[in-house]
This record gives sequence, C-alpha cells and structure tokens, in this order.
Amino acid sequence: MEYISLFVKSIFVDNMIFAYFLGMCSYLAVSKNVKTANGLGIAVIAVLLITLPVNYLLNKFVLQPGALSWLGPKFAEVDLSFLSFIIFIAVIAAIVQVVEMVVEKFLPSLYSSLGIFLPLIAVNCAILGASLFMQQREFANFGESVVYALGSGIGWYLAIVALAAIREKLAYSNVPAGLKGIGITFITVGLMGIAFMAFMGISI
Amino acid sequence: MNQKMKETILNPILKGNPITVLVLGICSSLAVTVEMKGALVMALSVTLVTGLSSLICSLLRKTIPNRVRIIIQLVVVALMVILVDQLLKSFEGTYPIDKQLSVYIGLIITNCIVMGRIEAFALGNKPIPSLLDGLANGVGYGLILIIVAFFRELLGSGTLFGIPVLAKLGYVNNGLMILPPMALILIGCIIWVQRSIQKDLQEK
Repeated sequence: MEYISLFVKSIFVDNMIFAYFLGMCSYLAVSKNVKTANGLGIAVIAVLLITLPVNYLLNKFVLQPGALSWLGPKFAEVDLSFLSFIIFIAVIAAIVQVVEMVVEKFLPSLYSSLGIFLPLIAVNCAILGASLFMQQREFANFGESVVYALGSGIGWYLAIVALAAIREKLAYSNVPAGLKGIGITFITVGLMGIAFMAFMGISI
Repeated sequence: MNQKMKETILNPILKGNPITVLVLGICSSLAVTVEMKGALVMALSVTLVTGLSSLICSLLRKTIPNRVRIIIQLVVVALMVILVDQLLKSFEGTYPIDKQLSVYIGLIITNCIVMGRIEAFALGNKPIPSLLDGLANGVGYGLILIIVAFFRELLGSGTLFGIPVLAKLGYVNNGLMILPPMALILIGCIIWVQRSIQKDLQEK
C-alpha cells in the first residue's frame, strides 16, 4: 500500500518538473515536437530506474554515517557523506555511458532518433536530483527507491510530452513579438504547474 | 582594463544573460527564489563555482584529452561544489540554511551554466579571462534570481529578507506568489520586458 501511495505521489504531487523544476534545461530545449520528447522521456525513465537503486545501495552501504560498519567495528564511526555528490555524479555518468552503448548496439533506430540527447542525460538535473532527494528523505528499503525512481521518471515523461503537444499547437497562434519562443513557453509551463497543484495533498 | 575584458564581464549580465537569453541553468534556480535569503546564498554559491571551475579547467585545458573531457569537467565542478557545500555547512551554526536549499546546492553540479561556460569559453581561453567570464555569468544568473525572489517575497509574504515591509500598509499576502509556478511566470515576464527593449533578441 505504501508503494502505491509513493508511486502516485512521485508522479503527480512531487512531480519533478512542476514541483521542483528539475531537468528544466532539456525540458525546455527538447519539447519542440512530440516525437523526440517521447524518446527523451523514455530514456530518462530508463536511466532513473537504473541509477537511483544503485545510488541507494551506495548510500546505504558506503556513504551514510556509520554505513561502513559491515567492514568491522573499526569503521562504524566513518562518515563519508561529504563524498556523495562526486560518487552520485560518477555513477550517473558511467551508467549513462553504458546505456548509450547498449542502445547503440541493440536498438540502433532509437539511438539515431535520440542523438545528442542520450549522453546529455548525464547532466540532467532530474537524475542527480532524484538521488539527492532519495538521500535526504531516507527511504526505508530498496523497494521504495525503485518505486520512487519509476514514479518520478513517469512524472517527467508525462510533463515533457504534454508540453511538446502544447508547443506544437502554439506554433500557429499569434503571440506578442517579445514573448515569442521561450517567453511564452515559460508562461505555459507556469500555468501547467498551477494546474498540477490540484493534485496537492492527495494520498492513497 | 581593455575593451575585450570589459565585454567579457558585461556581456553575460545583460545581452547574453544565461537565464533569459541562453536559457541555461533554470533547473536548480527557480525553487530557491521564494525568499531573498535563499536566492542570495544560491547566487553567491553559483558565482563561486562557475568562476573557480572555469579557472581550473582553463589551467588544465592543454592537458585534458578531448575524449574524456566531460568526465574531467564534472569532477572539477563536483569538487568545487563540495567545497562550497562544506563552507556553507561550517557557517550553519550562525546562519542556518534550509534543508531544501542544500539539495539545490548539490544540483549546481548539473547546472548547465557551469558546464556550458567551461565548454564554450574556458577550454579556449587563458585562465584570467575564463575566471572573469565564469564570475560574470554567475552574477548574471544571480541578478535574475534576486529580481524574481524580490517580487515573490515582497508580494507573497510581504517581507524582504524576513523584515516586514508591506504589512503596515494593510497589504494582504498573495499566497499564489509563494507557489513554484509563479517563478516561471515571473521569468517569462522578465524575458518579455527584456526582449521588448532589446528587439534584436526576439525570436521569429
């Protein structure tokens, strides 16, 4: 039951885009048409699903204060949490590299349609942000980190596809000259965010 | 100070502002603009990180092999962010920092401004201009942050740096301004104002 609640919460209430603005750079840059938005969204879900559980295990058995106690009583006092940024980003960069190679080998058509955006996922704040939130919220077990990764990935995917669909239609409307392009996109995202606020406080 | 130096410093603040013109680094910036204090801390941290990592990458530019440069840049940036994070933690006793803000400090690693300036400027220029370029971009980013935070704190809670300003005038706080989507709409408006003045920035 907690899993379902966490899942729904991470998609709608704690949406990566509308509640925390994570992954905004690629969100604004890649949302010009639905097809590429779709591909990037799926890649983000995949990378989140791999990196977050790995970082959870690293946090639990290496980084947390006292996490190294499995090595022996001498290590019980060691606190490596100051290293978390560098370890998390290294894990993410390495896994993105592996995912890129796997996709290139087995799904060449998806690889060519994603192009440059696949390696750029390494610097997508949504991925690092999810790991940092995982560390901050102190999830109770491994399952929760997997569910949280899937939920926030799907939330990000929904957000980017929705914005891409709106922007495709927006291309035909008469926007004031100064607002054209990125300006009106900001305001659209803001209005979508207000709509998403309706999910606030939902719990199952 | 010659003409070129002056341009390096002034360009990122107005004409090539990282947020409103290049649309970089939106990710970690918007959630910290609820109040002036958080925005100021974030602006200073980003300025420090961009300046120092541009300087270091510029010093290393002849020794970094082209193929592994992204990983090396990420490591340099992550080191700088750890330094800033530890610095902020050491002042925690006298100046307590919000737990939410500490996640966004970590997210400076994936802030596109830092990587963008290293890629676009520091790798092809001498250390001192790179340092200035990094610092100026940090200032340009901080300027937008502080403008947004000024309006959000003033209209949302009627205070500035926690000091009541509008309460005496009988102003009723507008709760909408504190919600995250308003930051996007405010940036949209800043872009509108800027592009109405500098017409050459308008998109077609």
